[in-house]
Amino acid sequence: MSLRIEPRREPSRAMVWLTPLIAIALTVASGWLLFLALGLDPAETLYQFLIVPVESFYGWTELGVKAAPLILIATGLAIGFRANVWNIGAEGQLIIGAVAAGAVALAFWGEEGWWILPAMCVAGALGGMAYAAIPAFLKTRFDVSEILTSLMLTYVAVQVLGLLVYGPWKDPDGYNFPQTRMFTDAAVLPILVEGTRLHLGVLVAGVIAVGAWFLMGRTVFGFQIQVVGQAPAAARFAGFSRKRVTWFSLLLSGALAGLAGTFEAAGPIGQLIPQLTPGYGFTAIIVAFLGRLHPIGIVAAGLVMALSYIGGENAQVSAGLPTAATGVFQGMLLFYLLAADVLVRYRLRWTSAQAKPVTVS
Amino acid sequence: MKSIYGLLQPDAGEILWNGQPARPASPHEARRLGIGMVFQHFSLFEALTVAENIALGLDSPPDRRVLAKRIREVSEAYGLPLDPHREIHSLSVGERQRVEIVRCLLQDPKLLIMDEPTSVLTPQEVERLFETLRRLASEGCSILYISHKLHEIKALCSRATIMRGGKVVGSCDPAAETARSMAQMMIGAELRTLSRRGARGVSEPKLVVENLSLPADGPFGTALKQIGFTVGAGEILGIAGIAGNGQTELSQALSGERRVRPAGAIRIGAKPIAHLSAEQRRLLGLCTVPEERNGHAAVPEMSLAGNTLLSARNRMKLAPGGLIRAGLARGYAEQVIRDFGVKARGPEALAGSLSGGNLQKYVVGREVLQTPEVFIVSQPTWGVDAGAATAIHQALMTLAQNGAAAVVISQDLDELLQITDRLAVINLGHLSEARPTAEISVAEIGLLMGGLHGTEPAAAEEKEHAVHVA
Repeated sequence: MSLRIEPRREPSRAMVWLTPLIAIALTVASGWLLFLALGLDPAETLYQFLIVPVESFYGWTELGVKAAPLILIATGLAIGFRANVWNIGAEGQLIIGAVAAGAVALAFWGEEGWWILPAMCVAGALGGMAYAAIPAFLKTRFDVSEILTSLMLTYVAVQVLGLLVYGPWKDPDGYNFPQTRMFTDAAVLPILVEGTRLHLGVLVAGVIAVGAWFLMGRTVFGFQIQVVGQAPAAARFAGFSRKRVTWFSLLLSGALAGLAGTFEAAGPIGQLIPQLTPGYGFTAIIVAFLGRLHPIGIVAAGLVMALSYIGGENAQVSAGLPTAATGVFQGMLLFYLLAADVLVRYRLRWTSAQAKPVTVS
Repeated sequence: MKSIYGLLQPDAGEILWNGQPARPASPHEARRLGIGMVFQHFSLFEALTVAENIALGLDSPPDRRVLAKRIREVSEAYGLPLDPHREIHSLSVGERQRVEIVRCLLQDPKLLIMDEPTSVLTPQEVERLFETLRRLASEGCSILYISHKLHEIKALCSRATIMRGGKVVGSCDPAAETARSMAQMMIGAELRTLSRRGARGVSEPKLVVENLSLPADGPFGTALKQIGFTVGAGEILGIAGIAGNGQTELSQALSGERRVRPAGAIRIGAKPIAHLSAEQRRLLGLCTVPEERNGHAAVPEMSLAGNTLLSARNRMKLAPGGLIRAGLARGYAEQVIRDFGVKARGPEALAGSLSGGNLQKYVVGREVLQTPEVFIVSQPTWGVDAGAATAIHQALMTLAQNGAAAVVISQDLDELLQITDRLAVINLGHLSEARPTAEISVAEIGLLMGGLHGTEPAAAEEKEHAVHVA
């Protein structure tokens, strides 16, 4: 017997949604082996990792808090990925967005006004957008790979944030810690459920995912993005402009990343700090693919990835797991997903030994 | 054929080679058995020389100088003159085919498989190729010649096997059959005769092209040089020519995929349109079918319903206000499928799952049912079975009969002679004057295709070079 991979006549629709589940199952199985090798009780550790975080209502709200930035960013990235525009720098756009929103919050520090929070959101979105405009310009004008430019700009953004919180924006009463003042009430997102950290941004993320679903599924504009990504020549034939789609998808994903940064700063954190994001901008790439670049899938995938963050922290405390475990889990998930995706276009078949090609020379 | 050449493994059955069962697992093994193959689409590196390309295709290439000498000897012995040191991009398509043939001949094949070899050649080049093939056959090399051009089969082959839908449906002696009787075996039904329209008087020019120039599309493209022609309502103008002489650029300029200045270089009636986008032109009544079905005229990963949106979204009002009405798109796809006899699972079938002929019928139908006033179509029946080709030709002629102006850009001379009213030839980006199809001889067209009307220095130089090589 031998295992053969043969192409399917049409990509399997069932597999498109099954492969993420297969990938999750394989990740959990590998985690089991990993914990065994580390000398831990795999069942207990996995329980801490995957179940404990969602055993209480509070756990679910925390899941929402962690998932919101992932969903926001991944929704924007997925639209770009469909157009073959690879924005890898959402992390940087998130940071610049948070910085821009933080500038507004600090400028009106201590003041009252319903308009401060909306102004922060606009500033955050514009900040992320402006930062994504750099790769967009370089791509459309000089054909520079947006993968490289957007990724490298992330490291610049980290330095910009550091420069500000270690320098001019440092809290004067903060005992020299690298952080800004805590934002005042008018600059902080309202909490939806008393006693939790579930803020308005979580709701906004959900609404934007639904909006993206409508845009991609029902409008000519979304159709245009898909055609540009799948068949550039057909897009020219249809009269769609590749440049316009490149600009749009980079600006949109930049704006959503900037908004996610705003929500982090104005939500659970409440100030600017160097560790603004635990890599949301990069994890969102995994979320986008795990969710099949589909807005509704992304919501589910965002929750799964949020679980890996919270579960990772949980397991650190209870089982003494290293911090890297979270990254390992997320990495394995993307790895298995990409591998399992072969099944969408190909099927595995057992063939008997007799049918093996016989060669006569 | 791919099974014989070792590219695919058959699921069942056997291949007998000199009485022995053989099952080449790779082209490498097939070549060792003495099987050579020349594909319809060449596999040559444009930036490398003839000798380098040939060396890449040999299993154990000899020393460079020895190889160059061998290439010269073999190519001259078979009347296929080639300069081993020229780079591929400077060769004509006919010369490129010679490279492929010489590559096979260098390995002393016992069987040479030719897949649609004449689709890119001028009539004169075809004659030359046939001489070479006859000579090879007389030296004991078997030749397996695949073609849908039945008069070629009649002229060249001693036995013919007819295949339809992956099955052998018959075999015959081509000398004893007529092209028509073989065509009927090929499509398995009585061949529909095209209803030819009667001659019509001169009508108002509907599409006017004047002094259209356009730089080349990439380093291996061809620039258009002051192209001019007119097409009247109800007329079909054919543009013949060997691939790579500016057809791609011309169809891009006409469709609006590349915009051109001045705006008046292309006009519909009196309205300048050269500066408009493809979609703006479509709204003015100009529809196009590009040469490549997969990835250009249709997105293979999308359904037939989805693909209607590419070109019909505004003209057929499938997405009013930018919102897609899935039901309308599906309905339009169903209409195309029904009216054009497209064999597909339905409007939700992926475009890429259709056979070439069916997808082409779908693409042509999608445009024709929009009742364009000006219709530009490139290679309408390239790689399409005889039944589908007839259906497409009939649709084109009906469209013209109803008053549309049509331009057919094609390398298939038979097709152009059959359906066009007037014919022009494109060569090195120049377009010859259009003349009534009925008055022009195949030999004349062949000469124009070979560039004998060129007055540009570049054209003259190219010709000189060719003479030098010969």
